[in-house]
Amino acid sequence: MRPQTEAELAQIVAGLTAPVRIRGGGTRGVPGPEAELDISGLSGITLYEPGALTLVAKAGTPVAEIEAALAAEGQRLAFEPMDHRGLMGTEGTPTIGGVVAGNISGPRRIQTGAARDFLLGVRYVDGMGQVISNGGRVMKNVTGYDLVKLMAGSWGTLGVLSEVSLKVLPKAETQTTLAISVPDAATAVRALSVGLGSPYEVTGAAYDPASGQALVRIEGFEASVAYRAEALIRLFAPFGTVAQVEDDPWPGIRDVAPFHGREGDVWRISVKPGDAPELAARCKAEALLFDWGGGLIWALMPTGTDLRARLGEFAGHATLIRGDRTQHAMFQPEPAPLAALSRGLRQRFDPKGLFNPGLMG
Amino acid sequence: MDMPTPNPTVLAKKPRLVQRLRQVLPADAVIDDLSETRAYECDALTAYRCPPLLAVLPASTQEVSDVLRICHEEGVPVVPRGSGTSLAGGALPTADSVILGVARMNEVLETDYDNRIIRVQSGRTNLSVTGAVEAEDFFYAPDPSSQLACAIAGNIAMNSGGAHCLKYGVTTNNLLGVTMVLMDGTVVEIGGAHLDAGGLDLLGVICGSEGQLGVVTEATLRILRKPEGARPVLMAFDSNEVAGACVSDIIKAGVLPVAIEFMDRLCIEACEAFAKAGYPQCEALLIVEVEGSEAEIDDQLTRILEIARRHDPLELRESQSAEESAKIWLGRKSAFGAMGQINDYMCLDGTIPVSALPMVLRRIGELSQEYGLKVGNVFHAGDGNMHPLILFDANKPGDLEKCEAFGADILKLCVDAGGCLTGEHGVGIEKRDLMLHQYAAVDLEAQMAVKDVFDPQWLLNPAKVFPLSVSESRRAVQVAAE
Ligand SMILES: Cc1cc2nc3c(=O)[nH]c(=O)nc-3n(C[C@H](O)[C@H](O)[C@H](O)COP(=O)(O)OP(=O)(O)OC[C@H]3O[C@@H](n4cnc5c(N)ncnc54)[C@H](O)[C@@H]3O)c2cc1C
Ligand SMILES: Cc1cc2nc3c(=O)[nH]c(=O)nc-3n(C[C@H](O)[C@H](O)[C@H](O)COP(=O)(O)OP(=O)(O)OC[C@H]3O[C@@H](n4cnc5c(N)ncnc54)[C@H](O)[C@@H]3O)c2cc1C
Repeated sequence: MRPQTEAELAQIVAGLTAPVRIRGGGTRGVPGPEAELDISGLSGITLYEPGALTLVAKAGTPVAEIEAALAAEGQRLAFEPMDHRGLMGTEGTPTIGGVVAGNISGPRRIQTGAARDFLLGVRYVDGMGQVISNGGRVMKNVTGYDLVKLMAGSWGTLGVLSEVSLKVLPKAETQTTLAISVPDAATAVRALSVGLGSPYEVTGAAYDPASGQALVRIEGFEASVAYRAEALIRLFAPFGTVAQVEDDPWPGIRDVAPFHGREGDVWRISVKPGDAPELAARCKAEALLFDWGGGLIWALMPTGTDLRARLGEFAGHATLIRGDRTQHAMFQPEPAPLAALSRGLRQRFDPKGLFNPGLMG
Repeated sequence: MDMPTPNPTVLAKKPRLVQRLRQVLPADAVIDDLSETRAYECDALTAYRCPPLLAVLPASTQEVSDVLRICHEEGVPVVPRGSGTSLAGGALPTADSVILGVARMNEVLETDYDNRIIRVQSGRTNLSVTGAVEAEDFFYAPDPSSQLACAIAGNIAMNSGGAHCLKYGVTTNNLLGVTMVLMDGTVVEIGGAHLDAGGLDLLGVICGSEGQLGVVTEATLRILRKPEGARPVLMAFDSNEVAGACVSDIIKAGVLPVAIEFMDRLCIEACEAFAKAGYPQCEALLIVEVEGSEAEIDDQLTRILEIARRHDPLELRESQSAEESAKIWLGRKSAFGAMGQINDYMCLDGTIPVSALPMVLRRIGELSQEYGLKVGNVFHAGDGNMHPLILFDANKPGDLEKCEAFGADILKLCVDAGGCLTGEHGVGIEKRDLMLHQYAAVDLEAQMAVKDVFDPQWLLNPAKVFPLSVSESRRAVQVAAE
């Protein structure tokens, strides 16, 4: 099923009698029923006003098309969505609907916010085949409930997105990266905390144990970047040798490049940064990568490992990004009262259980 | 503005309810005397008043849970209240409702600078959150003009913004977690010190739900390190169009100021008369503020002033000192007070795409002529959040109604221009009946479905947000449950 218009999509959904797997570009490796509802036919940027920092696009629009349109005006998607293809070993064209449905955000999330923070409005088709609109295309909007946030990160389990409107931001004139050589994760997280707690607007704060380097990104106008880099080098001195890195490590961190081509399951763990070193140690992982100042841990685990059992009780959540989701749930099980609320919402939005059933519990 | 007829069964329950609530709360936390419940009869939308059945002031999450459980069992509506500064009537009671005020819950529970978070009880005022971390040079970013008085509870319920949200975002972008009590007394923890939801983003829909989904008792907020410095520049233009075009060009150029504030002639004159800020007399004034080190500020302002010069400004005034900066902000910050000196006023809050600014301002001017009421415009121009202030005389019969009709026309205009009814104040009762202008019936149905899940009997703040005719059958459940 590959609708070409929102109306056609609504008509298809209204007639569905069995569950479907909603597919944007099919690059994020999300499992589901056999029957596929392919959204890539709903494609195209419908409005772009650089002076108002807003862009509206149909959900199946390739992310690359959006990024190209923005680049032509010196703007970008500030939340830096990752490209899952390298990690998942998938092909295809990532769509903006998939980015929004997964609330996919990269390293800059720590400073500027997640995909959900840049989502201004949505149009979607609910489980009854009704077209619903929420939010809009303006930057401040508190008119009624914020279903926009609810749809972001719902992985297609509440409805099929047909159109999204996004806040975009100017691209930085330049950037630089500082690398601090650190002995361990605890030192790395402390150093990154100092950077993030400084007034110097750090827009990336990662740690790659393989290289023993904590990485810090600074973006902006040339003179300002130089000034802040200078100040940060002084702040980081107590933690280890600090060097300015020539090439750009951030796309690799965003896409978890150190894990590409390696066997095993991939988990993504969101925690309080200060808890990260201890929790990461509990994983006994094959490889680790820390982003968001330690708040995001990527763990490469032997196939089939029950990572949640290793972590035990902890404040945060672990998502199985690559691995057998029939063995371990993709999403962290929720405490009973929250699970009941989520289940209630799904029943109301999709009473027939058509969309990616079982994916989120 | 209609409110539902009070439910007589609930009214009759008052003595029994007081007795039950006194079993779980200290005596002074249950307020049932009319002379005292009057203190809760309205919020900052003072044109509408109604004393509640009772008011309760719990001091802990457990006490909130006890109160809600009892009200749930008794089928009594509850209206949560922070500091009562809502401009939309969000905290307006009905005669058959219990006001649940969180004013006694104002402790800081945890500050953690390494992880850049603070956890507070929800009754704590916005400004005192920053107050708690200021000594370490940190701050809580959302800064509504009412920040001295308004509570984090109300900020979360309304998803409040402030002058600096162009850079730092509004409440929802700075809120990491809440402890919330559902109407049946169940306590839930949502989010925390980590980022993003592990499942559905419930926090995202709770923020901005106007006290209709649960009572928030604690919140984890993101705190940020203060910038090294900030400096405003004042720009005077001889037309709204030109000022609007200048805003758009600044944004396009890749410099993102922390604030871009806009005032039109009527506001400028009122502020001059009131605060003597020394503003130039002109059609439109912009205050643009940037942050950073001295050198960074110089660099950004050079770029911004260069853009402004292309728009033939009447005057560009760069602040040279802290006193001058304060003076530039003085007029803007006292704008509401200044307008209040001229007359009673109604403050609107629609948002429009920045590109529609000149057209919308022109049309508001025409409507002002048609209605014979003056309107001043002061707003956050960077994000298109307008605050037209309509002047009227509350003592003149018919003036309030005329003003409300004019206000409704302006808000519809905002929606028709591609914007929305409210950018930061919320719907409450004020814009409730305009919701069908922005949303189709199915859209509202989808929103109400969320309330059905959190509060199946529609007991929490039931008469708000949705037009009464639209929510009627759901509110009837509550009465029928008796
Ligand atoms: C090499 C390879 C490895 C794989 N590995 C695994 C594996 O480890 N485990 C496994 O279970 N399956 C795996 N798969 C299965 C396969 O990835 C999925 O069946 C399919 O590709 C998922 O595509 P998608 O459309 O869901 O992804 P995307 O289009 O990237 O979408 C991501 C998410 O957003 C949702 N979405 C997308 N567009 C919309 C929209 N417009 N509205 C609402 N929601 C939307 C999707 O439903 C999905 O939940 C793998 C496949 C390949 C080829
Ligand atoms: C002079 C003035 C200037 C203002 N400036 C701004 C501004 O710049 N930006 C802006 O956004 N707003 C502004 N406002 C509006 C107002 O201050 C905000 O909406 C504020 O967030 C309300 O907070 P409060 O604590 O006073 O809430 P209240 O007025 O007490 O309640 C507001 C809403 O929150 C709900 N609520 C209260 N407590 C809870 C709780 N514990 N759990 C769940 N729901 C709850 C209530 O039911 C109600 O719906 C201004 C108001 C005034 C009077």
